[in-house]
Amino acid sequence: MAETQIPVTVLTGYLGAGKTTLLNRILSENHGKKYAVVVNEFGEIGIDNDLIVESDEEIYEMNNGCVCCTVRGDLIRVVEGLMKRPGGFDGILVETTGLANPAPVAQTFFMDEDVRAKSRLDAVVTVADAMNLLKRLDDSPEAEEQIAFADVVLLNKIDLVSAEQIAAVERRIREINPHATIHRTERSAIDLDKVLDRGAFDLDRILTLDPEFLEGEDDHDHDHECGPDCDHDHHHRHAHGHDHGHDHDHDHHHHPRHDESVFSISLRGGELDPGKFFPWIQEVTQVEGPNILRLKGILAMDRDPDRYVIQGVHMIIEGTHQRPWRDDEPRESRLVFIGRKLNEDAIRKSFEACLAKKN
Amino acid sequence: MPTLQTFPFGAFVVGAAFLRGTPVFALGDGRVARVDGAAAETSVAHQGGLLAAAVSADGEQLLTSGDDGRVVASDAAGGLVELASRPKKWIDQLATGPNGAFAFAYGREAVVHLPDGKERVLQHERTVGGLAFAPKGLRLAVARYNGASLWWPATDAKPTDFEWKGSHLGVTFSPDGKFLVTSMQENALHGWRVADGGGHMRMSGYPGKVRSMSWSAKGRFLATSGAEMAVLWPFHFKDGPMGRQPLQVGNRPTSIVSFVACHPTEEVVAIGYKDGMILAGRYGDGGEAALRQAGEGGPISALVWDKAGVRLAFGTEEGVAGIVDLRG
Repeated sequence: MAETQIPVTVLTGYLGAGKTTLLNRILSENHGKKYAVVVNEFGEIGIDNDLIVESDEEIYEMNNGCVCCTVRGDLIRVVEGLMKRPGGFDGILVETTGLANPAPVAQTFFMDEDVRAKSRLDAVVTVADAMNLLKRLDDSPEAEEQIAFADVVLLNKIDLVSAEQIAAVERRIREINPHATIHRTERSAIDLDKVLDRGAFDLDRILTLDPEFLEGEDDHDHDHECGPDCDHDHHHRHAHGHDHGHDHDHDHHHHPRHDESVFSISLRGGELDPGKFFPWIQEVTQVEGPNILRLKGILAMDRDPDRYVIQGVHMIIEGTHQRPWRDDEPRESRLVFIGRKLNEDAIRKSFEACLAKKN
Repeated sequence: MPTLQTFPFGAFVVGAAFLRGTPVFALGDGRVARVDGAAAETSVAHQGGLLAAAVSADGEQLLTSGDDGRVVASDAAGGLVELASRPKKWIDQLATGPNGAFAFAYGREAVVHLPDGKERVLQHERTVGGLAFAPKGLRLAVARYNGASLWWPATDAKPTDFEWKGSHLGVTFSPDGKFLVTSMQENALHGWRVADGGGHMRMSGYPGKVRSMSWSAKGRFLATSGAEMAVLWPFHFKDGPMGRQPLQVGNRPTSIVSFVACHPTEEVVAIGYKDGMILAGRYGDGGEAALRQAGEGGPISALVWDKAGVRLAFGTEEGVAGIVDLRG
């Protein structure tokens, strides 16, 4: 009976960023795996071994009084249909339209019990066009959401831009989403294990919320990144606001920000009082849910030997005891919100009020 | 003692039927299996997945639809006929109506084949959920987002729209044609009076989605899956089940009911559970008899009585099908 859940990878990205190219690469690579691909329109894809499903994006509001609880009704049906087919699939790839907000796709895999029983969201992969992303981010809330939701960003078409431009785009991505893994690509060329089977929504696989650690997976030359000893929070207000010995082109950071811009808040503290923290996180996600795109945390609870990990999309949050803290790990709590119109000062102060009193 | 005959088909059992007394199973891998004595013969009805199945009103054919974009009819002799084709479309909704009419849907389009062979395409703004024909007259109900649309497909008339907020997935008419009931994404049912679209019967409290609905003999009760027991809503009152407690039959706290099938004549319901168990429960005194123990094959995904109500065909998600014979 113990069926394994089929991993689902969501591919997002603005029109022309290179999503279809990536999809074709995934499907044509000789990996011996079988994928089902859900697309909005049959395009120039189609590999014999795989199943292509055309599906109209159908966004449903859940009738539970929560306006941000939207799901992709069509996806529920497609997953159900796929489960009737024999043999099963190694994975399901869902390509969204360029203009899509990834939240309903992601929420489908949390909200629908049947879908949840049979599949699991593996990662949101966003393909971004290095030449046009900055413009898109300024004029399209969906482009921002796609970056904000991403676990993996393919910064594509880097052959068409200068090193400075790449650095500027990556800085901007980091402002929105400090924890996505960024890969620089040309024509969407990438090792598939960097895109598939990431376990990005698997609470057991949340390792760290250090941006520096995530960068360490990359073998690119990140001359603009902070060094591993750099200890400041990378939140939006002063992402690179002080000098830490690199040659920054500061003109590039201060891009015009409007009130609706997506940014992240990184909270850090010692041990938390669970009696205060859980009511607090419930309230924050209830009140700020529509503004919170994603949240992730690794938390140390007072008198609790285990790491507590938590993640969320809008108002949906889930958490679990992950494993015991190791002796060589500092028992500290980190929590990251990515969203828009978040009251950073209020969130920061109320989070700090959840810290356990130490006598 | 009832006897049990099983067949390990190894593919999701999407539907089952008795065609002229012959048990027939529609399988998720595209095959249709026909039981002949102790053996089963299969034929390939669909190239790819088989997504939906419905028995014709005269009980002669089992219609199936698949992701190969075809609607195929199988008969008791093993014959296969293609009834409709929409290449590349996933036909995941299928219903049969009076005089050989049938309807199917993919995406936002529902298609009705009328008894005279004509085809009518019904466009919807959102994806079509379940389909159901009214017991009398050529009328089709289409479940959809925020309600249901009722069409007279033999005419060019616009549909009558019954509105209720939320995503409606399945739909059924009461056997007297007075009530329309939908199952919803939100683990609830919604009912309307067909006459005026009013009545708004809200039936909720399910821990899971209601995937299976079955009307009892004479339409007195609507039996439903989705809870730890079969939940039977009384419809023999003038205003339907509102303000009344449903009957609860076959309560098993350790599992969830995945399929129900009311006996054709008796006040008995066959109840299939997610752990594979099948019970027969009497409405009146709640008496139960186990027809199949929990076990191999996963959740019960199909249940159907034969006309006389002495044999019960069943199937499971993980590919076991079988026949329970109450005559022993």
